[in-house]
Amino acid sequence: MAEAIAGSVHDGDTVAIEGFTHLISFAAGHEIIRQHKRDLTLARLTPDLIYDQMVGAGVARKLIFSWLGNPGVGGLHAVRRVTEGASASLELEEYSHFGMVGRYTAGAMNLPFFPLRSYFETDLPVANPLIRPIRSPYGDDLVYAVPPLEPDVAIIHAQRADEQGNTQIWGLLGCQKEAAFAAQRVIVVVEELVSDDVIRADPNRTVIPGLIVEAVVVEPFGAHPSYAQGHYDRDNRFYIEWDAISRDADLLEQWLDEWVYGVAGRAEYRDKLGDERLDALRPGSSPSGSVDYGDYR
Amino acid sequence: MSPPEPVEAADFSASEMMIVAAARELAGRHVCFVGVGLPNIAVNLAKLTVATDLELVYEAGVFGARPARLPLSIGDPTIVTRATAVTSMFELFGFYLQGGLIDVGFLGAAQIDRFGNINSTVIGDYAHPTTRLPGSGGACEIAINAREVFVIMRQSRRSFVHRIDFRTSPGNLGGADGARIRREQGWLGAGPSVVITDLGVYHFDAGGVMRLDSLHPGVTLEDVQGKMAWLPAVADRLIETAPPTAEELRLVRDVLDTEGIYTR
Repeated sequence: MAEAIAGSVHDGDTVAIEGFTHLISFAAGHEIIRQHKRDLTLARLTPDLIYDQMVGAGVARKLIFSWLGNPGVGGLHAVRRVTEGASASLELEEYSHFGMVGRYTAGAMNLPFFPLRSYFETDLPVANPLIRPIRSPYGDDLVYAVPPLEPDVAIIHAQRADEQGNTQIWGLLGCQKEAAFAAQRVIVVVEELVSDDVIRADPNRTVIPGLIVEAVVVEPFGAHPSYAQGHYDRDNRFYIEWDAISRDADLLEQWLDEWVYGVAGRAEYRDKLGDERLDALRPGSSPSGSVDYGDYR
Repeated sequence: MSPPEPVEAADFSASEMMIVAAARELAGRHVCFVGVGLPNIAVNLAKLTVATDLELVYEAGVFGARPARLPLSIGDPTIVTRATAVTSMFELFGFYLQGGLIDVGFLGAAQIDRFGNINSTVIGDYAHPTTRLPGSGGACEIAINAREVFVIMRQSRRSFVHRIDFRTSPGNLGGADGARIRREQGWLGAGPSVVITDLGVYHFDAGGVMRLDSLHPGVTLEDVQGKMAWLPAVADRLIETAPPTAEELRLVRDVLDTEGIYTR
């Protein structure tokens, strides 16, 4: 992980650690903090705890987002501290969810904009002048356009990939595919490295091809405290605890010292959490039915 | 459903009444886009009571969810296992929502005005807000593209305001013109049709203005007027909301919200 982040993430970059509630690469976010990256523009539909931690650690200059909260719990207090009142210092560029998805899609497809039927009669285009109304070239229809988003780096956590970076995801797919294809560089972080045969046995499940992947990092529980479908549940206790930690700048600093700067990497973080806590997050089993692709020769 | 058993007003909380009243409004609806927070529990209660065929749609990319526990958030893994379909967010927002397949979008809000316009972005000035709220998420496009919109929120003078600080999700705009503007601009949605609070239930009149139709048990008109910034239009025949049945309360307390996160 240290090598992948050092090689792909540079000060001033636009970084997208995607994953909608599911499969959020906290492991990569923590490594970015440990390497003291600076002036990053952080893009994500839902900044979640990981960007609250990264903003609290001082790596970010700007957020590009569509929903800023601790899902199911409340606010992101480190972000709020630098976005409220006269001392607001973090730059915000905000959209709706579909606007963000459209931005990645335009980026992935090499298009100059993405049209959508959102934003009518709202204050969002006033707050963010990059959201612009356009007329259809085929009639009078009014739609809104959002510009392409092409992150320097997209970091995607997944259940499994092979050594070439062919990556399979199940459960919520969010907009990882769009973000990965839009990015200049892609880092994939997986629960499990598998052989090429495993990938080829179920090609419909491949979301990101190795073709666009720069680095594959194996990091079990790398999405903790978020979750990985079929592997572990969200550690909701931490999402609740984070509310109190992030309200207090000193507590947040202590937390970073202990859980980010104070560990060499994810293996030490896992050891520190302990098997009992991690085992309690493992779900019961609900396997997919299998399909027969057929053998054609 | 079994016939309602009488439950005394002292035996349920205002939040429980709000959730139960919200769930009942979904009777007869088919496809519901479930918003963050209170809508989540209200819609899941409806699925267990008045709308057992309801298709739950989550913006995270799920159609036809069958959650085995109350989802902790709208991205909980329990909405995936045994769902009808899991899609990318591109498909969910593009094909299902913007494609016109959503009957009801169920939203929460920080501020609402008498026309059902919603703010979930900031309190105060946008550049230097006193409170930075989460922002749109999918709410802006749900308010425009869902065929109708239900809103559930706790009522106070700070939340039911003359003028919202930021329009995140359009409702009936300025009132009577709202329907015309929606039509002319080609929006699929007809806008908000019901607002459920901890005090009562509102629908909208022909002019697009919120009208109090029902007071929850034990709540007076004065209580309601004390918790909103405008003088509400009131139905000619203002009724009392039927109290929660024992079964509705059991589902809320013992099945959906066992930790009292939404109902405290």
